[in-house]
Amino acid sequence: MDGPDRFVSFDRVSKRYGAAVWAVRDLDLTVAKGEFVTFLGPSGSGKTTSLMMLAGFEQPTGGEIRLDGRSLRDVPPYRRDIGMVFQNYALFPHMTVAENIAFPLTVRRQPRAEVEAAVRRALDLVRLGGMAERRPAQLSGGQQQRVALARALVFNPPLVLMDEPLGALDRQLREQMQIEIKHLHERLGLTLIYVTHDQGEALTMSDRVAVFRDGGLQQLAPPLELYERPASSFVAQFVGDSNQFAGRVVRVDDGLCLVELDGGWRVTAAAAGGIAAGARTTLSIRPERVIVSDAGDPPENAGPAVVEELIYHGDHVRAHLATPTGQALFAKVLSGTGHGWLRAGAPVRIGWQARDCRALDPLPDHAGQEQ
Amino acid sequence: MAAGTVRAPAGRSRFRLRLGAWLLILPLFLFAAGTFVIPIGLMLVRSVQDPDFAAAFPRTAVALAAWDGRDLPPDATARTFLAELQAARGGDRISPAATRLNADLAGFRSLLLRTARNARAVGEDGLGTLAAIDARWAEPGLWAAMRRAAGPLTDYFLLAAIDLQRTDDGSIAAMPETRAVFVDVFIRTLWIGFVVTAFCLVLGYPVAYLIANAPARWANLLLVVVLIPFWTSVLVRTTAWVVLLQRDGLVNGLLRWSGIVEQPLALIYNRTGVLVAMVHVLLPLMILPLYSVMKGIGPSPMRAAMSLGARPLEAFARVYLPQTRAGIAAGALLVYISAIGYYVTPELVGGGGDQMISYFIAFYTNRTLNWGLAAALSLILLLATGLLYLAYARIEVRPEAGK
Amino acid sequence: MAHFSKLAAMALAMAGMAVATAASARDLTVVAWGGSTQAAQKKVYYGPFSSQTGIPVLEDSWSGGVGILRAKVQAGQPNWDVIQVESDELHIGCDEGLYEKPDWAALGGKDAFMKDAVSECGVGSVVWSVALAYDADRLKEGPKSWADFWNVQQFPGKRTMRRGPKYNLEFALMADGVPAADVYKVLRAPGGADRAFAKLEQLKPHIVWWTAGGQPGQLMASGEVSMAASYTSRMFAARRDDKRNFQVVWAGSIYAVDHWVVLRGSPNRDKAMQMVQFMTRPDIQKELPPLSFQGATNLEAAKRTDPSVMSSLPTDPANLAVAAPLDVEFWVDNIEQLTQRFNAWASR
Repeated sequence: MDGPDRFVSFDRVSKRYGAAVWAVRDLDLTVAKGEFVTFLGPSGSGKTTSLMMLAGFEQPTGGEIRLDGRSLRDVPPYRRDIGMVFQNYALFPHMTVAENIAFPLTVRRQPRAEVEAAVRRALDLVRLGGMAERRPAQLSGGQQQRVALARALVFNPPLVLMDEPLGALDRQLREQMQIEIKHLHERLGLTLIYVTHDQGEALTMSDRVAVFRDGGLQQLAPPLELYERPASSFVAQFVGDSNQFAGRVVRVDDGLCLVELDGGWRVTAAAAGGIAAGARTTLSIRPERVIVSDAGDPPENAGPAVVEELIYHGDHVRAHLATPTGQALFAKVLSGTGHGWLRAGAPVRIGWQARDCRALDPLPDHAGQEQ
Repeated sequence: MAAGTVRAPAGRSRFRLRLGAWLLILPLFLFAAGTFVIPIGLMLVRSVQDPDFAAAFPRTAVALAAWDGRDLPPDATARTFLAELQAARGGDRISPAATRLNADLAGFRSLLLRTARNARAVGEDGLGTLAAIDARWAEPGLWAAMRRAAGPLTDYFLLAAIDLQRTDDGSIAAMPETRAVFVDVFIRTLWIGFVVTAFCLVLGYPVAYLIANAPARWANLLLVVVLIPFWTSVLVRTTAWVVLLQRDGLVNGLLRWSGIVEQPLALIYNRTGVLVAMVHVLLPLMILPLYSVMKGIGPSPMRAAMSLGARPLEAFARVYLPQTRAGIAAGALLVYISAIGYYVTPELVGGGGDQMISYFIAFYTNRTLNWGLAAALSLILLLATGLLYLAYARIEVRPEAGK
Repeated sequence: MAHFSKLAAMALAMAGMAVATAASARDLTVVAWGGSTQAAQKKVYYGPFSSQTGIPVLEDSWSGGVGILRAKVQAGQPNWDVIQVESDELHIGCDEGLYEKPDWAALGGKDAFMKDAVSECGVGSVVWSVALAYDADRLKEGPKSWADFWNVQQFPGKRTMRRGPKYNLEFALMADGVPAADVYKVLRAPGGADRAFAKLEQLKPHIVWWTAGGQPGQLMASGEVSMAASYTSRMFAARRDDKRNFQVVWAGSIYAVDHWVVLRGSPNRDKAMQMVQFMTRPDIQKELPPLSFQGATNLEAAKRTDPSVMSSLPTDPANLAVAAPLDVEFWVDNIEQLTQRFNAWASR
């Protein structure tokens, strides 16, 4: 059972407050050694609670968490040897940068010379060589972030947890730090669990992404699969942009299905697991997979539409469209010459390939027949 | 900066705005000056002023100042004094002068007033006339005391406030043992302040931590509980402590019932009672600044320290405690400065050896009208408070120094 | 600039209004020592005075201190009018010129009052005593004198005395064999205070000090002490109200007179004098002793006091005969130095 594939495992882990409030419910999840896994979800979805249970600051009310095969049930946080980076960095304001980074080593009573060498290496690792004697308040947000990173890494923990570490940074710095963290992960061979509510961050950084919702795991998959083959309409909606249509499954046939959208337009789509004929469904199609043309019909699922609005985004144009059967959708059209016909009010032809469109569980407001 | 041409009017309107702002705070400023700064200043000045004798006996004061202080003054001085005594009789100025002399030499008050009542015609023999009214006028010490009170400035009160006096020949000497009380009282005051502060810190720190980390609903309730002693009158609180701590009180009853003690303990009308009551009253002053600092720290530094491998105790000592230093300093300063100014509580639940300096300040201000000595004692207390504040400011400035 | 002068004028006007409000006509204000005795005064004096004259009366209470009175007079426009003062405050305040002089003819003449109640600056209000008291439910064989108070072998238990030198030095000398009439003569003589302090020293380990007049009764009731040097009025009030079996030993008690004074510069001077006259009238004053257990100063009032309480009053001839009057002049002269000495001694 145990092994490098199950370096961290959550086994039917639950966390309940009071009688009825479930923060996490029956969570099963494993992380392999050296893997970068992101916990993604909206606030209140249980991702941070799960991380805090792993770190030891919350006690599960049920189930078992294991690290490297060892149950963490009775292991206090200070004996778990887990490096952690907090949302607000949690630097110690009364200590210098060097003292902050040395902290995990000095509590382990390491010899002074070793501590100094390790601190120097850690400072170089996060490119803060000249800042050793500053205090946290004298550093920029990005620099503070790096100190927190160095402090969490300096004692070579087998597992590193990060709780929305980039939430406070501006976009540019954020993207730069995402790359740095990714590189550190690769260079040091860290096992890293990263919590965020930013799906872009999750997709760009992780080996696998765990999508949380209402205390449960919706899907645990590599970014590509998550994006291309979302397991639920929630995941499809939460990860990346998507158009979603309500409809009813007419028939299922070898992974494909025929769906009659509300309004009567019949389209074919890839069927997710559990899709059966006669059931309500939500169709999900990524906007960049919607084909828009001025005359010729797209090869599959072709139909008429009218351009409602165009929004220029530089590299692409976002076209808001409406079909005669009542579907509102938008498409990303790569910007370029030759799109003179694409203007507000123009009639166009749209369509998409069946495998780009997935029939998923119905969203709550798609569950009933719409008139 | 492009608006060079309009700078003058802009400057004027800015000046107007500023003037308007000043006018708005003027009432507050006048209020503070009128009710606080000026009265305290005037009071403190009294610690070195000695105007009362010279106000009633201006020419005598001048003559005494010229006298060498040995034996008895020239008879002309005595005659001047007699003449001024008759003039002062029945006026408002003789009583403050008598009060001032009486502070130096007990009995002088009635002697002066009686002599004033009985002084008749001034003969050739001033000293003789006076000695005929009361034999004490032949004592050189009496005249030396008057010379010490001749003013206008004096070190008499400041010396007395630290148990020193000038002898009849003008040198500085210790007060006689029966009157030397203030140095002891100052030391006692500072010590009680220290002990109260220490107890408040030890008791208040965990409470503040609890409140800062409790859910909001509980935290508010606990804060109210902490603040209740603040809203209760001193007398009610003290009576409550009397009920609890007296010989047959609740505490002694419990101790005896549980068999811990056989004889009731003396818990009140002594130092124990003073400390218990003062700690109870002042505890909120410690808890509130600690709470506000702890509220800003939150749980993450402790969590970070533990995730980095520190056991709870070490995490607390190295990470949490240093971050609450500002709260500790502010709370300790508030408690200490309030404590050394206390007098109602020690007065009501203390014993013979528990009076603090404010008791004497009130006594001299209110009962004996020795405002000079009250001012001198206040000045020393204010200096002690000021020094403490400076020490606090030094401690508090340092961590920010790098900013 | 017109704008600013307007602002400044407004600020000044506001300040002026505040001052004017403070100084505007204020009701006649009477100040006494609070507690049950002031409640009794309200019933017997303030209420009837208001209803008979139509003059509204404000009440305040204080705990003494001529410094307060001096500060009020020096500040001008005092906010107190009629004040009940102790004799030392009468004495010093009179010398300082803090009081308006009463018109003795309007008060019924100096001969209508007991000697100690008559002075240039005030009119005696009540006579009160400090005496030895004990709880007869706890001590079957009670003490008879201050010497017994000092005798801890025969009368075990702690004693409570007022913290401060006043009364205690007198009682110590009496315990040391000085007759009541000679106490102040001995105290004034060289070595007199030494003798008193030496005698107090003997009892020191057995003394609990009180500071508020209600404490001796509490301390005796709770068993903390077996005897007290206490205001007699409090003891009799406890007998009446709390059914305590407190006994008072009048021998060697010290009595003093409180006075009504009118503060100099009082804006209500005439009403204040009218009220003092009302409160010292025989038919009015005679009602107070049964309530407050303090003696009347008006001789006619004393004569007409309810005979059933007579023996509980300091003014009962039998009680006066064995008591000593407080020597105000001695204490005004010596309170400062003896208080310093007392505190130095008490904390040793």
